[in-house]
Formats: sequence, C-alpha cells, structure tokens
Amino acid sequence: MTAELVRGQNHPLPQVRLEVRVSAGKPIVAGATLSDEQGRVRGVEWVAHPGAPTLPGLEVSKQAAADHRLAFDLDALPPTVHRVSVLLALPIGVGGPVRFGAVAAPFVAVTGLDGSEVASYTLTGLDAESAVVALELYRRQGVWKVRAVGQGYTGGLAELLTDQGLPEARQLAGSINEAVAQGLARSVAAPPPRTPDADRSRQAAASAPGPDQPYAGPGPQGTPGLVTPQQSPYDRPGPQGAAAPQTGRPGGSTQPDPSSVAQPSSPTAGGTVDYSHPGRQTAAPPPPPPTAPPAQPGQPAQPVAGDATGWSMEERLYNQVWGMFEDLARTVAAYRSAVDFADSRMEKELDHVLSDPRSRIGGQGDAAREAARAKHMHLVDQARAVLDRDLAQLTAEAEVVEPALPMAYARWDNPVWHGYRAPMEIPMALRLGDLRLPESENLSIPMLVRLPLERGLWIDSGRASLEGTLADSDQVRRLAMDTAVAHAARLLAVYPAGEITVHVIDPAGAGASSLAPLTQSGVLGSPPAAGAAGVADVLTRLTQRVDLVQMALRGGAADSLPPGLDTAEQLLIVNDFPHGFDDRAVTQLRYLADEGPAVGVHLMMVADREDAAAYGPLLDPLWRSLLRITPVPDDHLADPWVGHAWTYEPSLVPANSQVLHQVLAQVAAARRSWNR
Amino acid sequence: MTVNMTKGQAISLQKNDGGTLTAVRMGLGWQAAPRRGLFGSRTREIDLDASAVLFADKQPVDVVFFRHLVSDDGSVRHTGDNLVGGVGQGGDDEAILVDLQRIPVHIDQIVFTVNSFTGQTFQEVQNAFCRLVDETNGQELARYTLAGGGQYTAQIMAKVHRSGTGWQMTALGTPANGRTFQDLMPAILPHL
Repeated sequence: MTAELVRGQNHPLPQVRLEVRVSAGKPIVAGATLSDEQGRVRGVEWVAHPGAPTLPGLEVSKQAAADHRLAFDLDALPPTVHRVSVLLALPIGVGGPVRFGAVAAPFVAVTGLDGSEVASYTLTGLDAESAVVALELYRRQGVWKVRAVGQGYTGGLAELLTDQGLPEARQLAGSINEAVAQGLARSVAAPPPRTPDADRSRQAAASAPGPDQPYAGPGPQGTPGLVTPQQSPYDRPGPQGAAAPQTGRPGGSTQPDPSSVAQPSSPTAGGTVDYSHPGRQTAAPPPPPPTAPPAQPGQPAQPVAGDATGWSMEERLYNQVWGMFEDLARTVAAYRSAVDFADSRMEKELDHVLSDPRSRIGGQGDAAREAARAKHMHLVDQARAVLDRDLAQLTAEAEVVEPALPMAYARWDNPVWHGYRAPMEIPMALRLGDLRLPESENLSIPMLVRLPLERGLWIDSGRASLEGTLADSDQVRRLAMDTAVAHAARLLAVYPAGEITVHVIDPAGAGASSLAPLTQSGVLGSPPAAGAAGVADVLTRLTQRVDLVQMALRGGAADSLPPGLDTAEQLLIVNDFPHGFDDRAVTQLRYLADEGPAVGVHLMMVADREDAAAYGPLLDPLWRSLLRITPVPDDHLADPWVGHAWTYEPSLVPANSQVLHQVLAQVAAARRSWNR
Repeated sequence: MTVNMTKGQAISLQKNDGGTLTAVRMGLGWQAAPRRGLFGSRTREIDLDASAVLFADKQPVDVVFFRHLVSDDGSVRHTGDNLVGGVGQGGDDEAILVDLQRIPVHIDQIVFTVNSFTGQTFQEVQNAFCRLVDETNGQELARYTLAGGGQYTAQIMAKVHRSGTGWQMTALGTPANGRTFQDLMPAILPHL
C-alpha cells in the first residue's frame, strides 16, 4: 500500500535499505544532504551530488536526468546524521527551463529494493523556484520516517545549501552546476518531452514503454480520423481523470504526526502551505441515478430516462443518449454482417451447384439451389428477429428519454421550450439534429455535440447535398440559412444571458428574411454586416479579439484584458461565402477557424463549396476543419465505432410554430435585465 | 467449483441449475518479469496478449485484440492491453468479455488465443494462466495453466461454439508460435 503524502505529512519507513525514485518531465539534478541533530550540514563531505555521487550509505546519480533512482542504506550512515534531505534542482546554464513552474510537477516515491512503493509525493505548486527540498528522511526515537517537504528556493542550490547551514554553500553550488553541465555535454541529447502534463511523468516512472513495443500508438479504436462526430463520451476526461474523484482511498490518508508537522526551517519563497491533496478532489457524491424497476422474468427491463452514469441528470442523459447511439450502431453492424455472410454463403453454394456436372441431370440441382436459398432465408430471418428485438428495446428507451431531455438536448417541439427560463450554467452539450440508419427509420438518436464547440459548423447550401430532393438551389439556400438561425437561436437560448454574442455577415442581404427572428428580437450583438466594408470590419474585430485573448492566456495574464473586451463566447455566422470577401478577409476567416475555438470564437459557415471553387485547394483545410451538416436529411456522418453512414436531419423549428420567437424574446429580456 | 481443464476436454456452458450462461469472461494473467538491478527500466518486460477470433462457418469474420478492442457488433470486448503483467496470483491482467446473447446469429465459433508479443516462450513466464469466468456471478468455470508450456510463444487456448441452443466450450491448448493472432491462423483452422 502506498501512502500519497501531502506537503508536511510524514510516514514511517518499514526498512532502512530504500530507493527514492524521482521523475520529472525534464532533466533535473538530484542530490542529498546529511544534517546533524541541529539540522546543520557540517561540511561539503555531507553533500551527495553529481560531482561526488557516493557517500557512506547513499548514492545519487552522476548527471541530470528526467528519472532518477537514489539508493539509501540508512543504517550505514554516520551515527551523527539525523536527517537526510533529498533535493532537486534545475541544471543551470544548459539552456533548459530555469523555474520549476515551467516543468511538469516532479514526482518522488520512496520504494523498497523490490520496487514496492512505500510513500509518494507530487511536488505541486512550485513556480519561480529553481531548487527544492523534496523529502526528508529523519530519525525519530530510533525509527526512520519520511516527510514530504516541498520547500523551494528561488535562489537555486546556493540558497538552499546556505539555508541548511553549510558554510561553503556558494562554492559547492558552483561546482555542482559545473559537474552537471559537464555531464550533460557528455551525454546524448535529452529525450523529447513525452507530454506536458504532470500525470504522464509519473506513469513514465511506473512503466516506461520500451522501444521494443512498437504498437504504443493508438489503434483503430483510438483514431477519430474518419469520424465526423468526434465528441464521444469516451474522449472527455481520461480514464484516470474520471476515476480519481470517485476513489477515496481511506488507507492513503495517514494522519500527520502532530509533534512533527513540517515547518520549513525558514520559508523564503513563502506563502501558505497547501494541504489539499493533488490527486484527490472532493465533491459531494451525486444523487443516485434513477433505477429501473426489476424486470419481469423473461422480459427486458423497462427503460428509464437518465439510467446511465454521471454527476448530474444532464450528464446521465448525455451518456445515455451516447450509449443508445453506440448500441444502435453495433446492433445494426451485427445485422448487416449476418446478412452479408448469408449472401456470400448462398452465392458460394449456388456456384458450387453450377460447377458440379451431376447437378445438371434431374432435380438434384434444383433441390440443392432450393436448400441454399432456404438456409439463406433462415439466417436472415434469425438476424432480423434479433434486430427487431433490439430496435424495440431502443425505441422504448427513446420514448422515455426524449421527453426527459433538457432544453439544450431537446427538439424544438418539446414542451420544455414553452417553459423557457434563461439558464444559469452553460450546458454540457447541444443537439444539432437527429441521426438514423436505413434499418431504423422510426428510431432517431439525438446528435449531441459538446459545448463549447470544438470545431465550427459548415451548413452546406450546395446542390451536392440534394440528390433526389425536389428543392431548387434558392430554396436550399433559404433552408440552410433557416438551419443556421435555428442552431444560433438554440445556442443563444441555452447559454446564460449574455455569455454568447452572435455576429452575422450577410454581404448581400440575401439571408435577411431567415435572419428576421434574430434581428427582430434584438439578440444580435450588432446588425448583420453587409458589403465588403462590413465584412472586413467584423473579421478585423474578431481577429483582434482572438489575438488579445491568446496573448493574455499565453502570458498567464488572463485577468489583464482591456476592460472593454466582451468576454462572452462569440459565434460568427457567415452567409453567402465568399461573396464580399477579398483575399485578406479569406485569410482572416481561416485564422478564425484555426485559432478561434480555443479562445471562444466559433464559426458557422452557410456556404456552397462550389461557390468558393475559384480559391482552388487553398480552402480545403477550412472545409475539413468544420463539421459539415446539411439543411436537408443527408447520409454523410459516420459513427466513431463501426463507421456506418448515418442520415443526419437538422433540428428545425416546426412550421408555423411561435416557439422560436417566444424563446428569443425571453432571451432578449434576460439580457436586458442582466444589463448585457 | 473450478474445473482444471485438460487438452481436448469439452464442457457445456450450461449452468448447474439448468439456465444458460449469458456472459463469460476469458481472463489471462501472468507474473511480471522480476526487476533487474539498478536500471530497472531495462527489465525485459513480458507482454502477453489475449485475442478472440470470431468465425462464421470457418470464415474469420471479426477479431478482438489489442488493436481492435470491441467487435463491430459490440458483443465481444477486450478490456485493454497490459504490457507488463501483474502479480499472477489469480487476478486477470487482460480479459475478454463475451456477451453470448448478443453475438450475431451467424457467428458459430469463437477461438481464444494467447501470444507472447515480446517473444519470451512460456517457459520463461511465471504463473501464467487462462480461465473462463461466468461474468454474472464471478464464478470460475474453467482454468488452464500455461506456465512451463515449453518452447512456444503462443497457445490456442479454447473455443466457445454453438451447440443446440446454447454454447459449449472446448479446451484446445495447442501450442504454436507467433507474435499476434494473424500468425496463428494456420494453426487455428484445423480446430474449427
């Protein structure tokens, strides 16, 4: 059992022969100092460092590395030694990072010689420090214990050693840095960083995948490349992230010894001690999900809305919808593969009958053909029966789930819209439409995408999406703009008042009638931009916003944005692209599509790709970066599991329904009352 | 009660009370390679992989292994690749879950295999076993010990096949050589 220590916590050590493992994302220096009862380091011979790696009873690495193993035999230490401090420092003068704030949080673990972990500690919350005392192993009443210290020093090793009472601290720090620099010069280049997050450096220590495992890359299950709806419930938090809040391990929280709560000898980098556990979040447990009543024997259980895992009803419904989506994809895959198999088997058997000369005489051949067809029919019937059973179950589930959906997931004809009130929180996801397969015409799955949108939307007004429908191109353009307005209105309604601002570029005014619900209710940030000047103006403003927010985020100064800046998310609807766009505007649009989503600027293009054909392949990356949806049902979306082609149908407001006007009027009222 | 299966032995997957099994798990466990010396990261890790090949009338239709963790129909699921093994004391390091009720109607045999991806023979692997568990109550139905398996890098463990309305399992235990299940296909075919 491992104790995960927090700063100041101590833990008894079961044995005296130990290893301390250190892992950090970047090469660092690891060393150790010995000190006596008064906490003083008596001289340079009491410091183990890369220039002098071995002392009686302990050994450290000779050079800077991302992973270290320091060996200790506490019994072999001189009897005057009462404390061993394990220290970490960033190498100076080799071009690496100079502050621990810039690297992943180092992770240290005390282990037995067999590799079993005794205690571990993640050094979080470091910033400008370049040297840190990570752990102390200390003698108390004849027993050795370990304590998580985490005391950092901005002045580096020199300050750290001075603090421990070493007279020649400065010279020693210099010689350590020199030894490290020489070591680095001799060694091969540092390996590329694995990932920036702290969790990975910890895994690397536990089991570093060696070069002999070439399949470390994601397999077909992990490649979302061919898939259009990229947001599946599985790519939200990683498995560790998801599990962490739920696993409270009582054994890990050893009570700190009150007599020896760590007080860093002289806090230089100051600040309060953070006792919160880095790997553990506390939160009230979620209310239990509704459970299905016990099933009748021989009958499937009655479906219940919200019968999935999650911390809130909204999350449960989201997971349930995605679960239904996956189940439908898989059950249809089973049906299709069974039918394919039946077809190919029958074909083979008929071929066999044909090629057999004996079958040409008499009724033998006919009988064999008949048998092959009967086998085929039998298998297909069986597969169909299984499919019908599954579809019935999923349809029953959809019938209870659909009315229970919250606004953001609900169709426009759901009564929940009539009781509209401005929400207080951004919802998890948004319904863009419905998905169905040819095998399941009566069963549609809500298509939910996560918010904030990770990629922009492209509503295709081209004729390519219309094979077999009667609409002409003007009608399609009109429908496409209606779809865009319905999606924009839904976003406005499900965001808290004023937390999303919608801009419209409509260069020729062609979309004015579709845009009427938005313009009349006054929910737009500014009237639709017309003409080349209007296009340039909107794009310039949004580009500047992206620049500013990016700069602020990269500089770590998100709170010093200019006071006039609109902090709401921005949605830009572009109609009739590329009319009214010059080359500069096209470049700005591409910039917004690439950089915008990360800083809350989203794009919704209503366009026919043919119209922009003059730009050639230049715009291909733009189209590909957007999620293509259509104003009329079209089978172009693939699921992430088996890759069926799903028919997408947008969520539109029912004809003659006033719900859109009513909801937008309330959105406008809420914005006014919140003064935004 | 656990049956320690021997080669060629067949057991019916009917429950003792007459009901049929609905979900089974094929578990694979082995002991991690012992840590070596100062540079422990260079320990020669042992990576065994469990795979399941789904056959319809002797044609391979689908396969579940570490690069394709769920069969297209969702009835067979691999819990994920384990690259180093565990303690080898009864716990499964890799598992394949089979939902027998959901298997497409044309699939009539599922063959389970074990490969040593890192190339160690079963002589070098400690405490390796493969077992079949009733997923609904956690009861072990059958266990097959791999350790001391001789100079082989793979084994065709067992097959689960339709018989009448239910399913039956036959222990195969045929040694073979190969890095992944593809290398084993010629060795599997005679057992169908």
